[in-house]
Amino acid sequence: MLAKRIIPCLDVRDGKVVKGVQFRNHEIIGDIVPLAQRYAEAGADELVFYDITASSDGRVVDKTWVQRIAEVIDIPFCVAGGIKTVDDAGKILEMGADKISINSPALVRPELITELNNSFGQQCVVVGIDSFFDVASGQYQVYQFTGDENRTQKTQWLTSDWVAEVQQRGAGEIVLNCMNQDGVRQGYDIAQLQRIRNLCNIPLIASGGAGSMTHFTEVFKQADVDGALAASVFHKGIIEIAALKAKLIADGISIRPR
Amino acid sequence: MAQLVIVDTGCANISSVYFAIKRLGVDAVISHNAKIIKAAAKVILPGVGTAHNAMAKLQQAELISTLQSLQQPLLGICLGMQMLNRDSMEGNVACLNLINGDVLPLQSAGLRLPHMGWNTLCDISSHPLMTGFTEQDYLYFVHSFAVAPSQYSLANCEYGTKFAAVIGNNNVIGAQFHPERSGKTGARLLHNFLEWQL
Repeated sequence: MLAKRIIPCLDVRDGKVVKGVQFRNHEIIGDIVPLAQRYAEAGADELVFYDITASSDGRVVDKTWVQRIAEVIDIPFCVAGGIKTVDDAGKILEMGADKISINSPALVRPELITELNNSFGQQCVVVGIDSFFDVASGQYQVYQFTGDENRTQKTQWLTSDWVAEVQQRGAGEIVLNCMNQDGVRQGYDIAQLQRIRNLCNIPLIASGGAGSMTHFTEVFKQADVDGALAASVFHKGIIEIAALKAKLIADGISIRPR
Repeated sequence: MAQLVIVDTGCANISSVYFAIKRLGVDAVISHNAKIIKAAAKVILPGVGTAHNAMAKLQQAELISTLQSLQQPLLGICLGMQMLNRDSMEGNVACLNLINGDVLPLQSAGLRLPHMGWNTLCDISSHPLMTGFTEQDYLYFVHSFAVAPSQYSLANCEYGTKFAAVIGNNNVIGAQFHPERSGKTGARLLHNFLEWQL
């Protein structure tokens, strides 16, 4: 039976893993390769590396670390950040990444999703969506350039419309980052994820809000997501992956044991 | 010592396959040179993307007849596995026809596609490539097309319906999953391939 995936996310800035609260005030957590290796050995099912500065700086992700990760990691990993063209993506995939994830560049030029699908296949095209619940309008809205708070801006897209659009254009997976929850460890945005799940026929990964092991059980059971992504709870040692997996198995969720 | 050659299909997972083999202590050669491939002790055919593009690349490199004539062990991975078959409905393209099977859209009975993530095996045969595998082992799959279970199945997998996870015919082996990205269980398949004597 297909297992639900536990996905540590490593936000990368200048070759270091960092973590901010609600996308701000980034603090350095450590070097990429040893952290990645530790997570793979601990039982992570997949890793995501976001170069959070790339989209905002107009840079492409520094390539050398992708290859250093590919050398030591024996689980799938995805690279995100500043991938604007088929050529950018091709270089990262050649260095050993299994998937590439695009976010702001897809909003700027949605055709990129189709181009990547045609060039590399649907399976490696992940679209990351930063979704913010606007209390005033009562709606979920898509934001872009979230790596730099000075450039972060609301787009014209409602999250539900953008989810439909990226699927229609050939995305293979969606990572839905619920910005209101990000970094505050109060639980995943179950209501939003349930709503998006109903609109999403491709794998859906929950992101933003994990604070306890129970939050993982809830998001798998209540929102039926394919994977749950988290950063700070793993980086700070609040949740140990092996213990998390044991609990999820005990809770009756299909999980790959370590 | 004769070499292990990874066919340079121009596809994306070549370096991951190279590094996975290197972690097992073997330094492989990546090549699209027919002479080097023919002289190899063993050959790996990786592949990611669409069957149509990948077969076009093999054709451009004039490697189709080379791969068809190999007598040494040949391992196809993911799309590389699919290309070992007669044809693929992904772009309606003729493939290498080393194993009598057809690559068809995965009939997932309503389960989400692509089939992406870690899944278990069933119907595991006693073939040397499957040594040490159990139904509790998880392997990493990413695909929307598949080959139906057949007499060539060395192991199957189930996702809405059963499909072939590993196929084999004489010197030719194919794995639908990514052994290079399947942790220790994936490394076991690569190890078994390196140890395999025809």
